[in-house]
Amino acid sequence: MSTDGGNGAKGDILLEMRGLRIEGQSDDQWREIVHGVDVVLRRGEVLGLIGESGAGKSTIGIASMGHARPGCRISGGSIVFDGIELTTASEAAKRKLRGSRIAYVAQSAAAAFNPAHRLIDQYCETPVQHGIKRRAEAEAEARELYRRLQLPDPDEIGFRYPHQVSGGQLQRAMTAMAMSCQPDLIVFDEPTTALDVTTQIEVLAAINDVVGQFHTAAIYITHDLAVVAQMADRIMVLRDGHLVEEGEAREMLAAPKEDYTRRLLSVRTFRKEAVVGGPPPEPVLKIEHVSASYGATPLVLKDVSVEIHRARTVAVVGESGSGKSTLARVITGLLPPREGRIFFGGEELSPALTRRSRDQLRRMQMIYQMPDTALNPRQRIHEIIGRPIEFYLGLTGARRRRRIEDLLSMIELEPSDFIDRYPGELSGGEKQRICIARALAADPELIICDEVTSALDQLVAEEILKLLQRLQDKLHLSYMFITHDLATVKAIADEIVVMLRGEIVEQGEKQEVLTPPHHEYTELLLSSVPEMDPDLLDNLLEKRKAAPRA
Amino acid sequence: MGFFKFLKKSPWSARFGMLVIVFYVFLAVFAPILTPYGESQVVGAEFEPWGEHFVLGTDNLGRDMLTRLIYGARNTIGIAFVTTCLAFSVGALGGFIASTLGGWVDQILARLVDVMMAIPALIFALMILTIVGTSVPALILVIGFLDSTRVFRLARAVSMNVVVMDYVEVARLRGEGLWWVMRREVLPNTMAPLVAEFGLRFCFVFLTLSALSFLGIGVQPPTADWGSMVRDNATLITFGDITPLLPAGSIALLTVGINFVVDWFLHLTSGLRDEH
Repeated sequence: MSTDGGNGAKGDILLEMRGLRIEGQSDDQWREIVHGVDVVLRRGEVLGLIGESGAGKSTIGIASMGHARPGCRISGGSIVFDGIELTTASEAAKRKLRGSRIAYVAQSAAAAFNPAHRLIDQYCETPVQHGIKRRAEAEAEARELYRRLQLPDPDEIGFRYPHQVSGGQLQRAMTAMAMSCQPDLIVFDEPTTALDVTTQIEVLAAINDVVGQFHTAAIYITHDLAVVAQMADRIMVLRDGHLVEEGEAREMLAAPKEDYTRRLLSVRTFRKEAVVGGPPPEPVLKIEHVSASYGATPLVLKDVSVEIHRARTVAVVGESGSGKSTLARVITGLLPPREGRIFFGGEELSPALTRRSRDQLRRMQMIYQMPDTALNPRQRIHEIIGRPIEFYLGLTGARRRRRIEDLLSMIELEPSDFIDRYPGELSGGEKQRICIARALAADPELIICDEVTSALDQLVAEEILKLLQRLQDKLHLSYMFITHDLATVKAIADEIVVMLRGEIVEQGEKQEVLTPPHHEYTELLLSSVPEMDPDLLDNLLEKRKAAPRA
Repeated sequence: MGFFKFLKKSPWSARFGMLVIVFYVFLAVFAPILTPYGESQVVGAEFEPWGEHFVLGTDNLGRDMLTRLIYGARNTIGIAFVTTCLAFSVGALGGFIASTLGGWVDQILARLVDVMMAIPALIFALMILTIVGTSVPALILVIGFLDSTRVFRLARAVSMNVVVMDYVEVARLRGEGLWWVMRREVLPNTMAPLVAEFGLRFCFVFLTLSALSFLGIGVQPPTADWGSMVRDNATLITFGDITPLLPAGSIALLTVGINFVVDWFLHLTSGLRDEH
């Protein structure tokens, strides 16, 4: 399925990068971020590049097009695409390749589409520009591809604007656009990271399907080993710009050679010990028949009742738009509910934040998804953690300082090293630890964790979950854990609340909810979580085809 | 030490600007020592040419031009500085309150400012000053309040981006009051654009002040002021004498100097933001 020139058979080498070195600029200095990596890709092969943030996987992926992001430069090695050396090729020669023979699918399709043009116009632009196809031909093909990617209403959907279709559909339209010239190679840069689990699995299946049909070679970049397990024939594990391990997907997943790969593989196996025996202790928080909305809009929460018990973790699960974050806003008092009552530690809470007592505020703390925006960049760590201590507990001077140091040790950061730093000087995981310390500083009973691990790398996220677990055991804290990630839920929850469009569809003890029979939506959620099984996708799709969902 | 290192890295334009500002401040502070005569002392004939006694000649009443130029720095810069400070205190406070509280407080304040801004500032100032009279405190108050509307707009827009941050929500959930949220969470994160705006606003206040003086309702005689000095000696231009251009040039030089520094500052802060 290749165009002019590229007529190799499957199995020939398509892309060969040797000793690739890339430098990045920071503080007016060039520092090497990719240290001599070899990548060989054959026709029709899907290569998975995996690693944590800063591993250089995106940089390498983009380098396969002979391109470096602004602030980066290719400083060494060779990149040969189908016999053409890209490091020395002229811009004009590279431009001829890009779009027509090498295509790129970005992480956020919403940001990569031009919002002012219709999808099909953007689809046709590349083939018409490169003079490969006429407009009418390209349009007909677009419809055909939309159909293959299982987009609804494939004949008409192209005439919509990007904001008129959903995120998952947009990502598929982006994939269609990349296929528009039947390229030899497509670079997928985390195409499903921003999507909900149930949507992710559909997009993965669609991509897998068309890539297989057209025998297109692909580089699939992701931080999620379970996703790459579905897609790739071969996997390269990267860390800090070095290659850690390379091998056939099945072999690597079955028997990883390197310690780092093994840690990545075992990341989803952390499990909280189940609480045994005894009736549940008294509820710390009790929400009764709460309904809420923003202004005069339709209800975002409909008749929600939840109980959270002392030293237990309740996980609230749902996709974006399910109302789980709104529930947190209602509990904290940021959004007074339309109906319903909230009891906290036996007393009824005022619906509005401003009428709650300082002690009530102290006993309920919150940790946010993005530690970057949850910490004031202009305050030092001791100010950030010290303020609640001073505000709620009235400690000052040396006693305040001692408490800060205690809290820092509790979250496993060296006090003397961190106490005078600014948040900008910390890594993502360290920032999230500071947020935890700030919540602990108030000596709370309940902590609401809003997607606390979803902005972090997997290994770091697991450390945070383990830390939260240790703190719960030690301090008998109750957690309300808002998340869309079922792996997190399995790891940390005692009880699970499943939400869909503002309503609770299922709730109960973890074992109860996770063992069949499920509510049909819970079933869909559970089955959509990618596991480390290369055959999962095929099996799942067959099953879903047999029983199509409403 | 860090500050000097910081200065060393500054571009030549910023250094030039800082040099100009330091020079002007020096003149303003030490005016009585540096000047050969008194501020409003008549020392010679009218419109005497440049020479040995009067380095830059004398003005329309026979006062020494150099002396008045130096005193003018003191008066004009002093008034402009106090006025700018007033504009910033009022404007920034209003802007922060509007964005932090939101809702109807924001609506009322913002619409009020819209009404104020709908009237051309110079004409508005002329009108009020003719009513209340032209004393220095009246000048400062009128120009300060009129300019605070611009500062309000900027402060509100900049802090709007800050109050939606999670750390502000954290402070609210903690039960912090309005003043603490504004001072500790919002202000430090809006400082950079506000400081840059301070420099620019200072220039505009300076120009407004000079324009009002030129029109005759600014700083009143016999107080030396660059704007009125241009007006008083304007006739000399017809005889090919450039003396009246000197105060005008002084205004221009200071404005350029401040803008160089502000540009550098803006570049620095926006550059820092790129890294995040």
